[in-house]
Amino acid sequence: MSAPMNLPTLTAKDFASDQEVRWCPGCGDYSILAQVKKILPTLGIPKEKFLFVSGIGCSSRFPYYMNTYGMHSIHGRALAIATGAKVANPDLKVWVVTGDGDGLSIGGNHLLHAIRRNVEMVILLFDNRIYGLTKGQYSPTSVHGQKTKTSPLGVVDYPIHPLSVAIAAEATFVARTVDVDVKHLGEVLSAAARHQGTAFVQIYQNCVIFNDNAFEYASDKSIKSDNIVYLEHGKPLIFGKNSDKGIRMNGTHPEVVQLGNGVDASQLLVHDETLGDSSVAFMLSRMSHPEFPEPMGIFRQVVRPTFEGQMTDQLAKARKIWGEANMDLLIQGTETWTVN
Amino acid sequence: MIRTDSPTAPAKPVEHLEAVTIRFCGDSGDGMQLAGTQFTNTSALFGNDVSTLPDFPAEIRAPAGTLPGVSGFQIRFSSSPIHTPGDKLDALVAMNPAGLKTNIMDLKAGGLLIVNEDEFNPTNLKKANYANNPLDDGSLKSFQLHKIKISTLNKEALADTGLNAKAVDRCKNFFALGLVYWLYGRPVEATLRWIEDKFSKTPDVAQANAKTLRMGYYYGETTESFVVQYVVPTAKIEPGTYRRITGNEATALGFVTAARLANKELFLGSYPITPASTILEELNRFKHYGVKTFQAEDEIAAVTSSIGAAYVGALSITTTSGPGVALKGEGMGLAVMMELPLIIVDVQRGGPSTGLPTKTEQADLLMALFGRHGESPMPVIAARSPSDCYYAAIEASRIAVKYMTPVMLLTDGYLANGSEPWRVPHYADLPGIEIQHPLEKNSVDGYMPYKRDKNLSRPWALPGTPGLEHRVGGLEKADVHGNVSYDPDNHQHMINTRAQKVANVAQDIPPTEILGDAEGDLLIIGWGGTYGSITTAVEQCRSKGFKVSAVHLRYLNPLPPDLGEILRRFDRVLVPELNRGQLRLLLRAMYLVDAEGLNKVKGKPFLVSEIVEKIESMVRQEVSV
Repeated sequence: MSAPMNLPTLTAKDFASDQEVRWCPGCGDYSILAQVKKILPTLGIPKEKFLFVSGIGCSSRFPYYMNTYGMHSIHGRALAIATGAKVANPDLKVWVVTGDGDGLSIGGNHLLHAIRRNVEMVILLFDNRIYGLTKGQYSPTSVHGQKTKTSPLGVVDYPIHPLSVAIAAEATFVARTVDVDVKHLGEVLSAAARHQGTAFVQIYQNCVIFNDNAFEYASDKSIKSDNIVYLEHGKPLIFGKNSDKGIRMNGTHPEVVQLGNGVDASQLLVHDETLGDSSVAFMLSRMSHPEFPEPMGIFRQVVRPTFEGQMTDQLAKARKIWGEANMDLLIQGTETWTVN
Repeated sequence: MIRTDSPTAPAKPVEHLEAVTIRFCGDSGDGMQLAGTQFTNTSALFGNDVSTLPDFPAEIRAPAGTLPGVSGFQIRFSSSPIHTPGDKLDALVAMNPAGLKTNIMDLKAGGLLIVNEDEFNPTNLKKANYANNPLDDGSLKSFQLHKIKISTLNKEALADTGLNAKAVDRCKNFFALGLVYWLYGRPVEATLRWIEDKFSKTPDVAQANAKTLRMGYYYGETTESFVVQYVVPTAKIEPGTYRRITGNEATALGFVTAARLANKELFLGSYPITPASTILEELNRFKHYGVKTFQAEDEIAAVTSSIGAAYVGALSITTTSGPGVALKGEGMGLAVMMELPLIIVDVQRGGPSTGLPTKTEQADLLMALFGRHGESPMPVIAARSPSDCYYAAIEASRIAVKYMTPVMLLTDGYLANGSEPWRVPHYADLPGIEIQHPLEKNSVDGYMPYKRDKNLSRPWALPGTPGLEHRVGGLEKADVHGNVSYDPDNHQHMINTRAQKVANVAQDIPPTEILGDAEGDLLIIGWGGTYGSITTAVEQCRSKGFKVSAVHLRYLNPLPPDLGEILRRFDRVLVPELNRGQLRLLLRAMYLVDAEGLNKVKGKPFLVSEIVEKIESMVRQEVSV
């Protein structure tokens, strides 16, 4: 998409507000903020059309740092607010910034329903597997057994898999990326921004204070290539430092195979993000470290009419079948009588 | 083809009555709401003033014939203006023993009692906990009992229609309705037209219903059981075009009208809850008026989606009942903090918890006023009659956008489902609602989202407007520029400012109307749905020479500026409420007045007689001291 001729060319700076950014030094949020500011000018959309909505948590400070319209709302409810805003004004480009606590715990219900409705918006789930703003309690994505302030002997909850949840809720765009992998992050955000429907993006985001290195396996350059596999549409799933490993289907299950010795790329699972059936995407969402390399990139990207688009169509249809608005007829209803 | 001419005029003697209160009752599958609604429409078209009180069980289909499964519909129709559906019944139609059992206590001594004799079989009597058949044991001897085999007569009337036995039996409410139409000299045309329209896709059912309606009418005409026919002449009503309207219909229409007056799209975020759901249903019928309805996943999403819609410029509302208001509490606090216009409609029902979900109550007043965290004042207004819900919805909208604040509109189950004739306004006569969205920066330093006007309202800049990009949120913000602020003095200032802004709504409150003398022995103060009962009671007492006056409050926060002065002009103050004294508590706190209460929490509206008795006891006490 190229910018219309009459629009001034915007830069990342244009999207920065005058507010001082107050995340902890080294927080993964900085990188995400930078990438968002970088990709927005590439979309060719005027700045005033963007609306950033957040809930409560470290990530939810995000709207204050964007020089767009924004709302820092209450815990867990950003998606419902965003839905109302998008429905009331479908011209807006709505982004929701949430976290593993905000989006999956207190706001879990709204996540399911926003996604199933396919309201056009980008949902950025900053997943650091911890409650940061409240200083270190475990979250719905904390690892089983993880020791936190509220689980000194280890978490006995089993964690939720955000992408599995999104896919189960019929998400039309599902992706995963990592805060420090800025190039990949930018590409995923860019694709999410262009999706017509709900785009759900899980971002592995490091909390330096309360859960440092939680995603070291997926972000440390020296080891990550053995622990993650990049999803590329139309290409086989190959990973490893020497690109010598792959994912092959064994019946209904994926398995890690070493390339060579009769095993070649033609036997590997080829990624197709456009599959109508979400079963393979769901299977990919179940692949977890250390048993499997964790997939990064776009799991699923399909087209389905949006909620607000269907509503707009219904309003137009209603005018056609029920007639144009006439306030006096409306007030009178179907049966009146006259008193003289 | 359905014949639409009226059956022939009766030859029986006619007795004229000023007003009649009748109730249809039976199993919830017996079509009593339908019969009641048709009777109401017909009476209104006939020219009576009417007022209705539907009463249905919380269960959709409780086991047939049981006491919890009884559904009733009460109508008062009159040749003079009325405000309530009546206290005691002049006539009761009971379609089964359970209906008789749960309603007979409301029938006047000497009242007309019509029962469907067919249903008084051992099985149904047992389900209704009757040891003996009340039709035979003499227990009903103080009433004019008419035992009529309605099921059998209906079956005979429809023997040749080809409908199966179940479908035939389903028509019997129309037989009963036809009989009652004859009894009160009502024409059947309107109902025949309705049947034809309603069952246009099943002409055999339409024909059966029409036929049994006529047969019921003819039965009344010919049976020797009824020796007189009653006539309630037309009422002297203000000239104009009228329709019948329920409170929830009026609420829905009021918001559609308000949106149009404000040149806005209406957005409703709502989650189904009794007795508010019908507002959501109604508004779904008005999509061609640009109404956007969002059936949210829960009450919290309902209010927060409405907040999102308000931020981007819709006239935004959320509708619910008490439990839903409780869930919306945090969201309302956010709307207070962000100073966005939003209307929360609470159709009050019996509480706490699930309570009496289909019954009425006024016990959410203090929650509406104070039931939020922090200092979060909000204007609160209440509707007083079904049709008044229309004007209350418009007024709530006007306050919300003028003062940039969430507003609570209180109605209740009695208003929501009750109906009355309404002289419809001309849209062109309604005053517009002015809204100005800024298009330019309001300061040399940029757009200041909290720079206030003379009412202390902040500007409402809409996303999409170039150059006015700004952020709002739940954290305390500095006045004028709106950036997050933890400054202690700023917090105090903002708390005071938001409170003063809501207090400023008082400047728009018209002088309080007093029913009766402007001073005297006793002032009755009510609010909301008790208007009809209080007004009728006070008018009755005044006609008997009691020095009593009444004030009915629409504005609960802020209260009318002249209220304190009015209170001081009366020796005693009585506050009748369907709660344990919530307005009374408020009045005592605000005005240091020794207000007394008349309180009832039974899920039912006040009987006029209950208020009359209280007034008479208080005024007599005054005299005897």
